[in-house]
Amino acid sequence: MLVDLPGGWSPLLGRLAWSQIPYANPILAPLFVAVVIGAIILLGLITYYGKWTYLWKEWLTTVDHKKLGVMYIIIGLVMLFRGFIDGLMIRTQQVWAVGPHSTGVFGSLHGYLTPFHFGQVYSAHGLIMILLAATPLLVGFMNIIVPIQVGARDMAYPYLNALGLWITAAAAALIMISLFVGDFAHNGWFEYAPIFELQYSPGVGVDYWIWTLQLVALGTTLGGINILATVIKMRAPGMTWGKLPIFVWASLSANVIALTSFPALQVALALVAADRYLGAHFFTAGMGGNLMLYTNLFWIWGHPEVYFVILPAFGMMSEIFPTFSEKPLFGYITMVLASMAIAGVSWLVWLHHFFTMGAGPYVNTAFSVATMLVGIPTGVKVFNWAFTMYRGRLTFNAAMLWAIGALFLLLIGGMTGMMLAIPAINYMVHNSVFVVAHFHSMLLVIVYAIFGSVLYWFPKVFGFKLDEFWAKTMFWLFSAGTALVFVPMYMLGFMGMTRRLEYVFNTSWQSYLDVMELGIVVYTLSVLAFFILLYVSIRDHAKNRVGADAWGTSRSLEWMTHSPVPFYNFAVLPHVNERDELAWRRQHGIDQVRPAHYDDIHMPNNTGVAIIMGGLTFVLGFALTWRIWWLCIVSLLAIILLMIIRSFKGDPGYIITGAELQRMEEEAYRREAQIADSHHSHPVSGGVVGNAMAYQRNDSSK
Amino acid sequence: MSAHASTVDPKKAELWDTHHHSHDVISTRTLGYFLYLLSDGMLFATLFAAYGVLSYQHSYFGGPTPAEFVKPWYTFAQTIALFLSVLAYGFGMNALKHKNKSGLINGMLAAFVLGVVFLVLDIHDMSHLYSMGITIASSGGMSAFMVLTQVHATHIFFGLIWILVMIAQVMTKGFTEETVGRLLTLRMFWHLQAVIWVFVYIFVYLWGYIS
Ligand code: HEM
Ligand SMILES: [Cu+2]
Repeated sequence: MLVDLPGGWSPLLGRLAWSQIPYANPILAPLFVAVVIGAIILLGLITYYGKWTYLWKEWLTTVDHKKLGVMYIIIGLVMLFRGFIDGLMIRTQQVWAVGPHSTGVFGSLHGYLTPFHFGQVYSAHGLIMILLAATPLLVGFMNIIVPIQVGARDMAYPYLNALGLWITAAAAALIMISLFVGDFAHNGWFEYAPIFELQYSPGVGVDYWIWTLQLVALGTTLGGINILATVIKMRAPGMTWGKLPIFVWASLSANVIALTSFPALQVALALVAADRYLGAHFFTAGMGGNLMLYTNLFWIWGHPEVYFVILPAFGMMSEIFPTFSEKPLFGYITMVLASMAIAGVSWLVWLHHFFTMGAGPYVNTAFSVATMLVGIPTGVKVFNWAFTMYRGRLTFNAAMLWAIGALFLLLIGGMTGMMLAIPAINYMVHNSVFVVAHFHSMLLVIVYAIFGSVLYWFPKVFGFKLDEFWAKTMFWLFSAGTALVFVPMYMLGFMGMTRRLEYVFNTSWQSYLDVMELGIVVYTLSVLAFFILLYVSIRDHAKNRVGADAWGTSRSLEWMTHSPVPFYNFAVLPHVNERDELAWRRQHGIDQVRPAHYDDIHMPNNTGVAIIMGGLTFVLGFALTWRIWWLCIVSLLAIILLMIIRSFKGDPGYIITGAELQRMEEEAYRREAQIADSHHSHPVSGGVVGNAMAYQRNDSSK
Repeated sequence: MSAHASTVDPKKAELWDTHHHSHDVISTRTLGYFLYLLSDGMLFATLFAAYGVLSYQHSYFGGPTPAEFVKPWYTFAQTIALFLSVLAYGFGMNALKHKNKSGLINGMLAAFVLGVVFLVLDIHDMSHLYSMGITIASSGGMSAFMVLTQVHATHIFFGLIWILVMIAQVMTKGFTEETVGRLLTLRMFWHLQAVIWVFVYIFVYLWGYIS
């Protein structure tokens, strides 16, 4: 029943063969060498400094939601960088390959990328940016912040949390390895039927695409369950639904979307896999298949997904604006309702991604109106933020700048989205770079909110602030880049430039493309500024240490515990009395009141099972891609067996006694006092990463 | 200051959680599992949607249609087996209420055997179709038919493994917070699969038979 494969196959290696390694490719081969050298240096350094046990004990086996969140964010930043390089490559190809007289190198007629390679670059760019950069970054923040904001010691299911991270890591590894072993899909990040059928895409590219996405979907669903259960079950005493911090509401609405929409993607992918692996005819052009079924299934997930990524970003903005306006958030209730409304309506609009399918005027009108409805709750949010700032005491630090930038981009992206929602306009600009500019405006809202959040919550997680000067430099460079790249892109869209061109036929577009290339160069400078920002901040960390309430004007629970947050979050869980609990306590002068005594607390143990499971899912994905059947069976059996073993062993957890807790708390308070009275004159030293979040326990029995 | 009027007197307010309360492990676990089942339900809903789109006359491309090979009574026997299995599981859970270990294990064993009957009937059916040359590759319509029914059967397969694991766990560990929690989540899983089977039976088998 398995399909006849084009090309070779062997029982031992499946479709894998030496010829699949692109060692003759003038771009990939040097990159591969660089990656290998980099990896060797990194591993060498870890060995040289004897950090393996530290890594294994403190990070790779951890179930601490803050460390898992940090690792999510690291994966997200690495993939953001990879996606950025892809973007740079796309822009460079397009500015180069304009008109019949443009030159070509590396075997390409125009520019430096062959059409096949160019297709892989933009497909990987889209998939990576949405699912392996934005998503892990947001999930990382939700992981770190939500449990502390609801006043819990960890997520509802710490082990599941670790599992989600390692499955996401496996997905990232799978798409990265497609660079050097075989190739990646070249038909766009959302693919089309029937070109993804084996007949028309005989390589392994589409298979890499299927299994990468499938793993991301699995990891995100598990994470979503965890966040939902944490919010429902783990809130601190007194925290009723009406007192939930707004970021928690945003995470809640986003994860309702994730939980319900990702299964649709998993089915769509599974059916593509059935076509490619078993010879089914779901999406084939003949034999009773239905091409548009694929497009519908994909966007039934796809549109809710875009709201899954933007709602947490809205939540981040809702935290940053009040803190640096020194006012409570305007319109809390409407904000909550708007989030829920967006989550609901996001289900009813998927067809706007293919008005041109020709479903007829009634269907198109219905979806057009539904799409425009989203503008109402979104508008409510925009006004709420504006009124939060109105007559506030504004501090224009870097975090605030990013949040304001996000607001502007939201306006632009929202307005152009409204234009696209009108079928008559959509027929003109569908599949043009106008659409590309629209969704980049929107996705940049997320990127802006994320960088704002990095600045805002960094001191909470690591105990010191990031350097303001370099953060602002990065912001202005990044914003200049945004303007230079996307304003011309909107214009080109109106002029009729279609998306995904590896060769631009119209020479009169050259000057616009030149400006966009300049923009991406400015973006590159902002990336550089980001690295300098990290370097300078870590170098000067002793000067920039902060106490629990790093900004002095924040409002929610996470600022009531120490910075960096101890692994148990709160020695004694706070009792919540008001919506903005910390602001309320500060106002009444009771924010320094400490708990009277400490009880024993119960914490989960670390486990190596999660990372092994992640490794096995990677092997499974790789084996499926290359059709190495024995390896599929072995890894699947290993996964099932490991699950059973883990279920037999369980995790009794361990107890931290009240006395020990008291010792650690007093130590933390002592350090905070030191920071308070030595500010800037005598820097308080301490490891940068070593101390972060790792309050060492006394006993060495573990 | 919060937006709504402050009602708590800050001087008398309770600031820390003084009466230590622990979280209810079992209800946290069943909630999470319920959420997972929601996503499983969405998965089947999507498969049903795909089946709906691919069950027109032209979807079978002139090849075999369910009307030609579905035997309603055969599938009805499967239905009975699965429902009896759920019933047996229910008797087992009733024994759990009385802390009756052997009663629980007997119920689970019966549920297991009946589940196996269901699965064997399904496999027999599929191999019969295969021998007639009807496979997933016959047409778009048959692809949808096969995938929907066999994804359900796969769920049953993993449920059976899980039942065995739970029998072993109850025998070795007895009724702990962990095992009882798992018995409850497994019950939710098993019930949902039976409910989904009702839809499969009606919309795929019976509907396919009459149309
Ligand atoms: C005010 C709300 C929004 C409206 C009215 C809107 C409308 C639209 C429409 C009509 C299209 C289809 C254009 C076409 O292909 O012809 C589209 C595409 C898209 N939108 Fe939006 N949108 C909105 C918000 C968002 C948000 C919040 C995001 C993500 C964070 C987003 C991301 C995207 C993406 C990724 C695509 C295109 C994907 C692709 O074709 O590759 N949109 N939008
Ligand atoms: Cu959309």
